[in-house]
Amino acid sequence: MTSGVAAAAALPVGRAYRERRSMVTAMLLLPTTLWFLLLLLMPLVVILVFSFGERAPAGGYQPAFTFAQYLNLPARLKAFQNTLTLAPIGTVLCVLIAYPLAYYLAVKAGPRSKTLLLTLVIVPFWTSFLIRTYAWIFILGGKGIPALLAWIGLPEIRLINTPFAVLVGIVYGYLPLMVFPIYVSLEKLDKRLLEASADLGATPIGTFRQVTLPLSMPGLITGSLLVFIYLMGEYLIPALLGGGKVFFVGNALVDLFLQSRNWPFGSAVAIGLVVIMLIAIALYMRALGRERVRSDVSLV
Amino acid sequence: MDTIDRKTFMNLLWRYKRGSISRRHFLGTSGLGLATAVMAQAMPWLVAPKRAHAAGNIGDRVAIATWPNYHDMSNFDTFAQQTGAKPQVNVFGSNEEMLAKLQAGGTGWDVFVPTNYTISTYASLDLIEPLDLSKLSNFDASSYDHRFTEQGVVNGKVYAVPKDWGTTGFCVNTKKITSNPTSWKNFWDLAMTDASGRTTVHDYQLTTIGNALKYYGYSFNSVDPKQLAQAEALLLKAKPHLFAITSDYQPAFRNGDAWLGVAWTGDAKQLHRDLPEIQYVVGREGGEIWSDFYAVPKGAPHREAGYALINFLMDPKINAKEVMAHGYPTADKRTNALLPPELVNDPILHPAADLLAPLEFGAAATLTDPNRAEIMARFKAA
Repeated sequence: MTSGVAAAAALPVGRAYRERRSMVTAMLLLPTTLWFLLLLLMPLVVILVFSFGERAPAGGYQPAFTFAQYLNLPARLKAFQNTLTLAPIGTVLCVLIAYPLAYYLAVKAGPRSKTLLLTLVIVPFWTSFLIRTYAWIFILGGKGIPALLAWIGLPEIRLINTPFAVLVGIVYGYLPLMVFPIYVSLEKLDKRLLEASADLGATPIGTFRQVTLPLSMPGLITGSLLVFIYLMGEYLIPALLGGGKVFFVGNALVDLFLQSRNWPFGSAVAIGLVVIMLIAIALYMRALGRERVRSDVSLV
Repeated sequence: MDTIDRKTFMNLLWRYKRGSISRRHFLGTSGLGLATAVMAQAMPWLVAPKRAHAAGNIGDRVAIATWPNYHDMSNFDTFAQQTGAKPQVNVFGSNEEMLAKLQAGGTGWDVFVPTNYTISTYASLDLIEPLDLSKLSNFDASSYDHRFTEQGVVNGKVYAVPKDWGTTGFCVNTKKITSNPTSWKNFWDLAMTDASGRTTVHDYQLTTIGNALKYYGYSFNSVDPKQLAQAEALLLKAKPHLFAITSDYQPAFRNGDAWLGVAWTGDAKQLHRDLPEIQYVVGREGGEIWSDFYAVPKGAPHREAGYALINFLMDPKINAKEVMAHGYPTADKRTNALLPPELVNDPILHPAADLLAPLEFGAAATLTDPNRAEIMARFKAA
């Protein structure tokens, strides 16, 4: 200790400063690290341990070492299939709807309407997600849009409790998560690049494909990952708007943990979901990695 | 138009506030209850509150875990004034969350409100104490039908005393379905014919599988693989005809989307009140009767206050106010004598004796039977 102090005193000023700074950095990182360990890693470890256990006679978990839970995973195959179909479709729909909106916000809108429109995108976040999704039960229900269609003379159709209703809920709920990252990346886009592209003879479509789209890729990737990850764990929207008939992994998990109190099998399903998600994300990133992400392009 | 007195208004207001989301559904849907419950099991020291120190004879507080809108809050105020112990109310969405919390320990609860089929589980896990009936002078077993009190008895010891009860039948919109169904046989047959695309069943294996079993006249609680296989075949056959698998079926009935659906007493009462054409039917073959209870967790920090609160709430005069607030029937004959006759004679709240007789209380083994859980998962995924 004493020798350390003596050594520190002998050190040049820059070194002591750097050491102090790295300590400050460590202090600043401490809360995040604790948060990460306590609320992310520990629950994951608990679930991993549970997944090799057995269901106690009265439900819950009892220690064991068995692969039985993992071998039983095909019993929830349909839930995985549904999730793996509707989550990518929902993500793609969000991209298709969010991109033009974000483009308009970032490139076309005037400063005043931009503020207004951005606020309108944020406003729904002020209310609970549950309440907002619940509202769609009434909009899509028998006295909502179908009644309106019947009133103007069109045939009455069933909207609520269909995969379509689930997709509507998904797009409605997660659209802002897609709009903002794309908006931010388009906002940073140097408008002179577009002019340069036009001057060099590119058609508007060519400019979009070769300049705008590649430059907004980081936002597009962030947005679609955010939406996709949420959708893989989605529970609420299929339960409320799918009428319990559109069975996602999230719904299977809730039933396993709550109703049948089969925590080990529930944990194995959860781990299965994490693994599939990691693989899907890795594949997605690799596929995009091949298309060069040109965030380095700039006139300056 | 009739004028409405203050009491009736408040009563109506409370019922309205109870809303169309059933208690079992809301917290379950939000997922919050489950998340805390599971976290508590895995890492109790993260969520367990510190125990409060008792002050005075029964202490200055008493913690009760119960269901949403299940008490007359003014009764709690009266209790606080009389005893100095202020009730702290924790609201839950499912029995499973309550169980998970108690298993984790350190809840700080002094009283809680479990449903019949969980009591034996709590007793076997040593989570609740046999009640000291000498502290519950207002509990008079002879004023209850034996079938209710016996649900609180495990191995000859009284672990829980009855709060209120209800049934699981089905609602039918009599403007749309005019065939006057009276049985679960009628229910499932209609679901696949006249009420095709208009029928709802619970997102709850106990009642959905139980009432499919009733179609064949089997026990609501059956775990016999052969009988369950028949019930599963019926469920899978009916699945394409269902409007929804949900425990939150009031909006579907109110929107006119659903004409037929499995329903609990409380929801049926609210639907019938607002839409008189919606009638409640208790299946002739039987089905479920349920009851909630008061129980005391082992190691309750304010045990004396807990007993005092249960005793207070079982006073017939206080209990009558409770019933007016939550709207469910009570099995206590002394309390019923104090209630308005139209409530006690209500056919939804108090079905006829010959309909009540074949009803069965759900059993713990039924609720947690792994085979039934898998059938429900296959039914929902089909």
